[in-house]
Amino acid sequence: MNNRVVYMDHGATTPVREEVVQAMLPFFAEEYGNPSSLHAPGRRVRKSVDEAREKTAAALGANPEEIYFTSGGTESNNIALRGAAKKRSATGHIITSSIEHHAVLDVCRDLEKEGYSVTYLPVDCYGRVEADAVRQAVREDTFIISIMAANNEIGTLQPVREIGALAREKGILFHTDAVQVVGQLPVDVNALNVDFLSLSAHKFNGPKGIGALYVRRGTQVAPVYHGGGQERKLRPGTENVPGIVGLGKAIEMANAEIPEKKKTLEALRDRLTEGLLEIEEVILNGHPEERLPGNINVSFRHIEGEAVLLSLDLEGIAASSGSACSSGSLEPSHVLSAIGLEHSLAHGSVRFSLGRGNTEADVDYVLEKMPSITERLRNISPTYHTR
Amino acid sequence: MYNEKVIDHFSNPRNVGEIPDADGIGESGSFKCGDTMNIYLKIKNGRIEDIKFMTYGCGAAIASSSMLTEMVKGKTLDEAIEITNQDVAEALGGLPPLKLHCSNLAADALHDAIRNYRKEREFI
Repeated sequence: MNNRVVYMDHGATTPVREEVVQAMLPFFAEEYGNPSSLHAPGRRVRKSVDEAREKTAAALGANPEEIYFTSGGTESNNIALRGAAKKRSATGHIITSSIEHHAVLDVCRDLEKEGYSVTYLPVDCYGRVEADAVRQAVREDTFIISIMAANNEIGTLQPVREIGALAREKGILFHTDAVQVVGQLPVDVNALNVDFLSLSAHKFNGPKGIGALYVRRGTQVAPVYHGGGQERKLRPGTENVPGIVGLGKAIEMANAEIPEKKKTLEALRDRLTEGLLEIEEVILNGHPEERLPGNINVSFRHIEGEAVLLSLDLEGIAASSGSACSSGSLEPSHVLSAIGLEHSLAHGSVRFSLGRGNTEADVDYVLEKMPSITERLRNISPTYHTR
Repeated sequence: MYNEKVIDHFSNPRNVGEIPDADGIGESGSFKCGDTMNIYLKIKNGRIEDIKFMTYGCGAAIASSSMLTEMVKGKTLDEAIEITNQDVAEALGGLPPLKLHCSNLAADALHDAIRNYRKEREFI
């Protein structure tokens, strides 16, 4: 067993950076006031929450009053879709893609049970939604389009700007789940023409359990939860102050570092990808260029993803997979199915998602271990021998 | 997630390979499910003289395959056919509940191999 730990699962979650931890700490036992209280302890904390809101808005090119803090990406997605639906007097039509995260797909499926119709747009072999396909799918009663900014599994970037322009042209609300993009690539809500945008702190070196929903001023959206008046009644409940402060600090720092980080990660990503593709019968999933700076998703023919992950784990390397055996549900990834990957390749997929902190040495180490891992598992595989 | 014994059988699987002149060959699983296994038997005087396996599957599948071959080598066909998926999982010291179905592969392939062997030679 190895001492070295190489963490390449930043797409799942990231470590909270030191400055963020330090920023959050005072808000547990020293500045513990409730931001809604009228007294001094409350007012001080209110000020910190407002500052975090300003930082979040600045990172997105938005106004502070358009930022609502939530428990994360999942909740933000739920509020955007359900909240928009609830404001309508009748059911209607939703357009989304077949590769959305479950936090969008499952909300849509739930809304279908309530009488809404949903079009789940197919994607091309790279996992891209065509803006034209969105246009074709628009109906009289379409009231919202929800397309993710980038896919978490295969990293493919979506034509959000184009789709946003189309949505504006048609007077349809546009939501984007930008959880994988905020803090990695520049985001400007006006350039993207979005009405709703979801983000989650733990994807950009902030804490877990906190995220935000951007809602364009003037957008009609109803709350999903009811309670107090916090977050302008859209998301009641006493604010997670340490989380909010952490999110503000994390997004401010991440945003400032985007150009440098993008360059660094893309170089590491491309070198790791190139090295992995040198192993025979390994293919890249997702678009080769239009993809997240840190995302690598490859399929190893003849071997199964969870076995690869286990082998990597035994060498101290953390990654993830789209195979059925590595998912809690025993279903292979819906994203890999959507790009038309045959079963054996879908089950043999592995995702390495790089992030802040990964080094050249990390890439070297993975490239050193991967060929022998592949060889060993292929020697056990029935299909490798009959190929 | 996996205990030491499972990790051992995963990292150092016993009896991997094929038997070119096998007396019985069995298969189980499917690519749709995400795992598939082949078992090869060499039978002498009603006993499993040699057994080999090839598995495409997760850690639990590979470990179960390996453990099964260890359990049945040298046993009579009647003894071997009695071995269940549960026996294999127990011999491994248990598997996470979600992984139990992956371990089914092994006993199923063995039973398939014995059935195929008998179909050819015995008239039961």
